[in-house]
Amino acid sequence: MATTIDARGLSCPQPVLMTLDEIKAGKADEIIVMVDNDASKENVSRAAVSRGWTVADCGEKDGVFNVTIKKG
Amino acid sequence: MADYGLAPLLQKWGNPGNMGVCVACFERDIAGALGLHRADLVQYIRPEIVGFVLGSLVAAYLFKEYRSRLGSAPIVRFVLGVFAMIGALVFLGCPWRAALRLAGGDGNAILGLLGLIFGIWIGTLFLKGGYNLGRTQQTHHTAGWMLPIFMVGLLLLMFVFPQITGEAKSGVLFYSVKGPGSMHAPLAVSLVVGLLIGFLAQRSRFCTMGAIRDFILFRQMHLLSGFIALIVTALVVNFILGQFKPGFDGQPVAHTMHLWNFLGMALSGLAFCLAGGCPGRQLFLTGEGDGDAAVFVMGMIVGAGIAHNFGLASSATGVGPYGIPAVGIGFAVCLFIGLTMRKNIA
Repeated sequence: MATTIDARGLSCPQPVLMTLDEIKAGKADEIIVMVDNDASKENVSRAAVSRGWTVADCGEKDGVFNVTIKKG
Repeated sequence: MADYGLAPLLQKWGNPGNMGVCVACFERDIAGALGLHRADLVQYIRPEIVGFVLGSLVAAYLFKEYRSRLGSAPIVRFVLGVFAMIGALVFLGCPWRAALRLAGGDGNAILGLLGLIFGIWIGTLFLKGGYNLGRTQQTHHTAGWMLPIFMVGLLLLMFVFPQITGEAKSGVLFYSVKGPGSMHAPLAVSLVVGLLIGFLAQRSRFCTMGAIRDFILFRQMHLLSGFIALIVTALVVNFILGQFKPGFDGQPVAHTMHLWNFLGMALSGLAFCLAGGCPGRQLFLTGEGDGDAAVFVMGMIVGAGIAHNFGLASSATGVGPYGIPAVGIGFAVCLFIGLTMRKNIA
């Protein structure tokens, strides 16, 4: 199941905390985290990788990064 | 790594002892130069601060990361900036200076750093409980330019009203004839080093508060390794320059009231954590167009004025006459903010 987290306008650690909460909930195997600054993009990606997830995509559109992370 | 050794070098080139770079002290000196307080030993427009903001601005534009944004509880950030500064001036330094003091052999910095960790730890409890200051909004480029323009203005004032040897005033600017405010590297050197640090720190996201916070929250070493590298590099450079002098007593711009070194920095650490960045990081964010970080910076500058006008700031002899109640009030305000601003970020 894929879930989307809207972390636009938030700066770290909020996007990372939201992402880790979703990972811990264990329901999703794909999470799209919407962030709008480079530092958050990097931090979310780093946190996901440290939990054994992979970063599938970080595409940017209109200043918003859709960081797509997948389980395993 | 190269930039970590620059702080002790700035001290060698003229900056005060164990104060090659200190964001809190330097913003306090700027407040003094503008006459927001009249502590005549600490008045100087520090070009390093100007450089941090403008260096970050250049990096943000070059790497297409400039994004003008604001609107995330600006008044709360201002208040946090005020108390962050008050706490820092009870300890006598920002986290950078705490690290540099340690690297210079000042044992009192250990209490400061422990306090910093304690304050940030309290902040992480709020973060885990859903604390946040709400979302920012994208806005006009001009909004993000306000603080960088203010910094350019400060620099221009220095050119129009340069320091006159032995004079306490030049035009509208106040200068220190003696004390830490009179000790500074040449303007061009300070500015260039500031620009370089600003540029590199924007790229690396260097943040001393984030370093400790992310380790506590996520066991992330990414930023912490940078903070530790700063201490180690400064230590090595201090040894080479003969600036390492271990001890507690008689350290430059420091006092030995351990409890208040600890609690002053703990208040700052909590305020930094609630505001999302150490004083240096707030300056670099400002360069990226973050108008909320700019409000925090202004809060710190005004906080320095309050700290010196009200006798809250410490000196080499110990805490100021009203420093202790100010720390108490600061904790009460920060805890109130931390407890009441939760979730609801839709």
